[in-house]
Amino acid sequence: MEPGERRLIEALRAGDESAFMTLTGEYGPMMLRVALMYVSTRAVAEEVVQEAWIGVLKGIGRFEGRSSLKTWIFRILTNTAKTRAQREGRSVPFSALASGEADGEAVDPDRFLGDGERFAGHWGAPPRRWGPEERLVSAEAQQVNDASIERLPPAQAAVITMRDVEGLDAEEVCNALDLTETNQRVLLHRARSKVRQALEEYMQ
Amino acid sequence: MRLDRELTCAQLVEVITDYLEGALAPVDVERVEEHLVFCDGCTTYLEQMRATVAMAGRLRAEDIPPELQERLLGTFREWRRL
Repeated sequence: MEPGERRLIEALRAGDESAFMTLTGEYGPMMLRVALMYVSTRAVAEEVVQEAWIGVLKGIGRFEGRSSLKTWIFRILTNTAKTRAQREGRSVPFSALASGEADGEAVDPDRFLGDGERFAGHWGAPPRRWGPEERLVSAEAQQVNDASIERLPPAQAAVITMRDVEGLDAEEVCNALDLTETNQRVLLHRARSKVRQALEEYMQ
Repeated sequence: MRLDRELTCAQLVEVITDYLEGALAPVDVERVEEHLVFCDGCTTYLEQMRATVAMAGRLRAEDIPPELQERLLGTFREWRRL
């Protein structure tokens, strides 16, 4: 276990409020997003997050660090969310949710040359290079990126948030969300493709 | 050119995440990289996907809604009293 993480866990066990605030501040927003994949409203998602934290506090004394604290917290969250979704009578198995979001093309098919053409399947309208770096790092571009993640279907939003925004690795996300590697990658692919598309529209 | 035996651009954009994630078989990695050598469109596309990932990493995580943070703190204090 990493020393910083060990300190955090010990502080939490000792009832240190600021350690708790740090953790909830850091993971809370991502937990809400993940909870929203399973339950129908923001209010219920917030309750799920609260219930999950109760589970974390109850379990922290026995936490042995076989996985990272983050992965452990998210596993508690997804279990809590699933139970809650079942109670709501909204038990969409995540695999079904995920496969429902797996369809679609990364790029509008009209941008490739059609079957009759000599170079069928190759770019007819290729992407143009994105201008100066300054524009790409502007607050406005960041906002476009953020807004396009917000608009994604829930499973895609959760996966891209955990992978690309929060920097979890593929295995951690598969574990936390109970996804196969392939499913995780498909969702990530759909999500990134749409966000790229939104940025392309903005950069043009 | 042996385009009919090679990846099309439409195919490449669908395997690009597998490529970036290191999930392609070596033979397919070669096919992707061969394609990229002569295809500016796909090279740009790959750059843009990388830029997209990098940008998401720069997103400032949103703040937790204050009233939720407040509720969680209440939960925490209750737990501590036990």
